[in-house]
Amino acid sequence: MSFWQSLTSVDPGPIWLSLKLSALTTLLLLLLVTPIAWWLAHANRHTKSVVTAIATLPLVLPPSVLGFYLLLLLGAQGPLAPALQALGITSLAFTFPGLVVASVIYSFPFALQPIQNAFEAIGKRPMEVAATLGASPLDRFFSVALPLARPGLLTAAVLSFAHTIGEFGVVLMIGGNIPGETKVLSVAIYDHVEAIEYSQAHLLSALMVGFSLLVLFFLYWLNHQSHPMIGHTNQHD
Amino acid sequence: MTDLNLAFRLARPGFSLDVSFATSGIGITALFGYSGSGKTTLLRCIAGLEQADYGRLTVNGQVWADDTTFLPSHRRPIGYVFQEANLLQHLTVEGNLNYAIARQRSQNNVIRKQEVVHWLALGPLLKRRSMQLSGGQRQRVAIARALLTNPELLLMDEPLASLDIGSKAEILPYLEKLHSELKIPVLYVSHSPDEVIRLADQIVLLSQGRVLATGPVNEILTRTDLPLAQLEEACACVEGEITKHDREYHLTYVKLKGGTVAISYRAAEPGTRVRVRISAKDVSLALAPQQQTSISNAFPVRISAIAQAADPAKVLVKLDMGGDSFLAQITRLSADTLGLAVDKIVYAQIKSVALMR
Repeated sequence: MSFWQSLTSVDPGPIWLSLKLSALTTLLLLLLVTPIAWWLAHANRHTKSVVTAIATLPLVLPPSVLGFYLLLLLGAQGPLAPALQALGITSLAFTFPGLVVASVIYSFPFALQPIQNAFEAIGKRPMEVAATLGASPLDRFFSVALPLARPGLLTAAVLSFAHTIGEFGVVLMIGGNIPGETKVLSVAIYDHVEAIEYSQAHLLSALMVGFSLLVLFFLYWLNHQSHPMIGHTNQHD
Repeated sequence: MTDLNLAFRLARPGFSLDVSFATSGIGITALFGYSGSGKTTLLRCIAGLEQADYGRLTVNGQVWADDTTFLPSHRRPIGYVFQEANLLQHLTVEGNLNYAIARQRSQNNVIRKQEVVHWLALGPLLKRRSMQLSGGQRQRVAIARALLTNPELLLMDEPLASLDIGSKAEILPYLEKLHSELKIPVLYVSHSPDEVIRLADQIVLLSQGRVLATGPVNEILTRTDLPLAQLEEACACVEGEITKHDREYHLTYVKLKGGTVAISYRAAEPGTRVRVRISAKDVSLALAPQQQTSISNAFPVRISAIAQAADPAKVLVKLDMGGDSFLAQITRLSADTLGLAVDKIVYAQIKSVALMR
């Protein structure tokens, strides 16, 4: 089979599904994590260490362990089943929404750390300045804290997106391998290898490598862009 | 007229603040004291950035803080200039000014943007960001930004302390203009006697979290029981009016209450109100008017107090010249030799008088 033939014979479904999952996960994470990061950046040291430890757990657990517990938790017999059924959902296991929930949990620490660090680096002075200029706490958050934390927010978005694209273990445990529903890119590659369709596996893997490189370039470029400014904030002004 | 009436109590590890005073007026009130005297903490309490254990603050009859009220900073009609300019980094100079304008709390007595931009010479800087400005330029922007909040009370926390000498000299004239052209009352925190003498109308003297004294600048400077008179560079600052110039000898005459002094020529219209500084070290005393002396500024004065100086060899003599007070720092030996005593009339020779503003 020629390269061109293999390119056209690849099913684009898993690629779109992976992109959709990652985009949705990133969006939900930014909305969910930003207020938590703000709260943690201003919490006392005790609360901070406890919450940070729990939030960082997905970083150190094997993805299969996380996927296994999520499967038990979100399944039809799981402890959350009555609550889910009240919402009209039988089970989140082996569904796309289930994948989203799992991905949000799995990538949580990747979003939290950069945003929290960015908020902590701002310090309290710019917020005091804004207060003396007449900005209410909510106004200060949107007009000062968020713009100053922009590099951290961008880093969090890129990391969450990339990390979700690349996940495999959690997806396989909670989502399985249902075409159009839970069969994402990484699972499709695994499938092709299992079926000894190496050319398709090659192509998808090469796409992944290329995409990951692009993401990392973008991330480091972003960091480079933001560093002069962060370096400056550490000076006396 | 602005009336400020306050009392704050606050205890922190290793530091406590317990102050109460009232001032009225539209000029500059200096909160003066050395490091650890609590002046910045007091200013932060007035701004609402710090919440005291007990606080009572009324400004023009409006309660900003008492037992039941605590107006948060963003609802107090204040302008605040921090020691470091603290421009908002994500905004340009103009963005920083607009940030303040968009959030003005009080509607009366509106200060216009063009005026402030012109006045602080910010026109060429408007599109720049904080990191493209010098320290002095940043502080000018910070002052403009504070003014554009249209404050009823302007709070300044050592706005010159973090600047080099050149930038200080750049900002001081603007602060003096602030004094003469704007009718906003200012609380100005400082530990520099020089700044206070140039800018302030009244002093609140703070030491270790307590108010030692409050009053008009010269009254506090010349009170021999207060630490300012004990300084090596102790001085008085006296208001006067320029009367005439002497082109030939390059002199300008300034009329004080008790006489006219000659200073180095200064281009200013006769009638201009000025402030002169008389250093205690530059004043010598004699029992009779001197005939042959190089000192041209000599006046009969009344001794109003005599006190021991920090240096055991010296005494401070407080002199009254037609209602203006100033100090002479002389040796105790001379004082005894001349038989100086309170209410005695002597002749003060002032070696040099410096024009402050």
